[in-house]
Amino acid sequence: MARQFMKGNDAIVVGALAAGCRAYYGYPITPASEIAHAAALHFPALGGVFIQAESEVAAMNMVYGSAGMGVRTMTASSSPGFSLKQEGLSYCAGAELPCVVVNIVRGGPGLGNIAPEQADYFQITKGGGHGNYRLITLAPNGAQEMCDLTMLAFDLADKYRNPACIMADGITGQMMEVVEIPTAKAARWDHSSWAVTGTPDTAGNLVSSITLEPEKLEEHNLKLDAKYKRIEADEVLFEKYKVDDADLVVVAYGVVSRIVYSAVDQARAEGLKVGLLRPITVWPFPTQAIIDLCGTAKAFLAVELSTGQMVEDVRLAVEGRRPVHFYGRCGGMVPGGDELLAEFRRVMSGGAR
Amino acid sequence: MKTYEKSAGFFPSFERKSGPAKDATHYCPGCGHGNVHKMIAEALEDMGLIGRSVFVSPVGCSVFGYYYFNCGNFQAAHGRAPAVATAVKRTNPDSIVISYQGDGDLAAIGTAETIHAANRGENICVFFVNNAIYGMTGGQMAPTTMLGQRSTTTPQGRIETLHGNPIRMAEMLATLPAPTYIERVAIGDSKHIMKARKAIRKALKIQAEGKGYSFVEIVSACPTGWKMDPVHARDWLIEDMLKVFPLGVYKDESESRDEGSWNRRCDPYEPARVNEYLDRLKSTLGESAPVALEHDLHCKFAGFGGQGILTLGLLLSQIGMRAGQHVSWFPAYGPEMRGGTANCSVNVCRGRIGTPLVDKPNVLVVMNQPSLDAFAGEVVDGGTIIVDTTIVEGRPDAKRLRPVLIPATGIADEVGTAKIANVVVLGALVAATGCFPREFCEDTLRAAIKKRSLVDMNIDAFGRGYEFVKNAR
Repeated sequence: MARQFMKGNDAIVVGALAAGCRAYYGYPITPASEIAHAAALHFPALGGVFIQAESEVAAMNMVYGSAGMGVRTMTASSSPGFSLKQEGLSYCAGAELPCVVVNIVRGGPGLGNIAPEQADYFQITKGGGHGNYRLITLAPNGAQEMCDLTMLAFDLADKYRNPACIMADGITGQMMEVVEIPTAKAARWDHSSWAVTGTPDTAGNLVSSITLEPEKLEEHNLKLDAKYKRIEADEVLFEKYKVDDADLVVVAYGVVSRIVYSAVDQARAEGLKVGLLRPITVWPFPTQAIIDLCGTAKAFLAVELSTGQMVEDVRLAVEGRRPVHFYGRCGGMVPGGDELLAEFRRVMSGGAR
Repeated sequence: MKTYEKSAGFFPSFERKSGPAKDATHYCPGCGHGNVHKMIAEALEDMGLIGRSVFVSPVGCSVFGYYYFNCGNFQAAHGRAPAVATAVKRTNPDSIVISYQGDGDLAAIGTAETIHAANRGENICVFFVNNAIYGMTGGQMAPTTMLGQRSTTTPQGRIETLHGNPIRMAEMLATLPAPTYIERVAIGDSKHIMKARKAIRKALKIQAEGKGYSFVEIVSACPTGWKMDPVHARDWLIEDMLKVFPLGVYKDESESRDEGSWNRRCDPYEPARVNEYLDRLKSTLGESAPVALEHDLHCKFAGFGGQGILTLGLLLSQIGMRAGQHVSWFPAYGPEMRGGTANCSVNVCRGRIGTPLVDKPNVLVVMNQPSLDAFAGEVVDGGTIIVDTTIVEGRPDAKRLRPVLIPATGIADEVGTAKIANVVVLGALVAATGCFPREFCEDTLRAAIKKRSLVDMNIDAFGRGYEFVKNAR
């Protein structure tokens, strides 16, 4: 059993290599830089491409270049840099290019700080660039998932010809855990029908996101929309932890879910029926799972490192059937287990904050 | 040369273009793009490069380059063509990549991409059509608009003190060491046009020979944007523009550079090669039968940067991993780590670890006074607190906690270096908590320490810390 104790950020690169990623383009930013450090070490050693680009914008557009050649490619950044990648993400979605973009979310808005936050949720799940598009977004909560979900992100990106994102945070990126080193994927993808590879067989292909005629662009948008509906139907991932008999269902993802595991265990020890629903894909969101829980749960509580973003998707799913509460910390403040336990008690006793 | 036949570098019919006229371009009469397109298409055909060519269109009037060129086509975001071209060339070094750009695209919004692709010496051709105006968007001022020239955003004419001067890209890029060939040509009279044709071919040859980066600036007319008829536009170009944008070779190292001196490669994905590589990343601690753990450890280690606090956490984590337990390590990261106070959280648990953040440790190590002040109150009742008494003057609450007072830095000095105090502390921690057997920990240390010459010293330090606690009991 090949294992190694490694940082979440390093595990992303291991997952990318095992997924067959051949080209990495990046720009330094804390707390995502270890991803570029590992890529700079491993990609050239394996005969792949690594470029430290002149900007986040250039890095994302380099991804557009390699993705358009049908090669697995990626970039990684943190919130301020992720904002700068929105142009390229919109173009990749428009041109239907598969690629993986990692956002190790940090405190904002503006320069904010380098501490963990989840306040890029709106941007990443609702489309931070222009136009009708979505980003498949996976939210790991530990080093093993940083590796595994990166591999999955490449598969989903290829399957749907759409960018896929990893949304993590400073803690998940910087923490070290034991990671099972994955086995490299048997290569089985052929993009010769659309990619431009610089060879005569693909000389008739075009990588573009411009469609001048309104009727054709509407057609293209509807095609993308149908694709996104398929993703919503087929690709939702979530984890349930002690929710089957829970009066209170906590909804939390990423690093917060780790704190909630501990708090749920504490609550159960006190006889409080609390459970956790953890979205692993934050887009597509596990809407149906929440609707299903409305039958047994008396209330929902969204816990986030933000002033309340994912909670809106919980409310949309619940549609008024049950009360939906919110508890958040931001700016890099992370709730402790006791803090969450107190919140569970308050919500369950109907008390005001 | 067949003068009257459309080049095979072009599509026989422009089917990607909307509207009825499938044999004409969308360019205005007198526009330079048509000439430049033709030169490129003919060059690709004559040089036998068309099959492996990738044409990157910009945003601007030539956004529709992909209507015409009978090769692989990319349409890039505004200003980003050199970044896209860089990636295309690096991904397939055998491709022939053209970044075709106008002045707004290349010299305004894409300045960074332009300069850095040139500075890296990417083996691409940049064909820069400079017509001193934004055409597609309706005749606004470009970075290359001439002083006094009217545009829709400089209705009084371009004024130096308000709008700056026209930028000379060829001259600027020629200051960089990496580019191989930089020339400015023009679509003016027939002599100019013959020179432009030659420059385009030269650039493509340089790329095909693997000699690096070429930049051909082509001064070109925009009768529509300039509000002139084609003949007057051509005359104005020759009379006025060429005074500001002098023609000529600004850099040429194509003779002194060897063929194939640009030799990047991108190997195809081979799972077997990746597996072999990943195998080298795996832990070298060696396998061990699981070692039982009686109590979960939730540790916080704190001290000054440079005391090996993070390493102490890593060593305990590796012992826990080899024992087959669940382990997490989390550093306080960021600027406070660069020389200030350092701390990290380590969990070693029998079951799944919830939060990696240890806010209520049952084991606290403090190696400086500020850490004792900051964290002693957070330790759970009955928790272990290990204090390096060589450095820390204060003492913890012995009623509430289990203090382990050890002059770790002093002991480390005796071993040979104060730097090894963290391993002395590790020995003390293992003895005080009884988490894992001494021998198992020492075996793990032997495997974990990369520098073979330091192994004995580390084992010595660990042993002294361990003995100190055992003998004190």
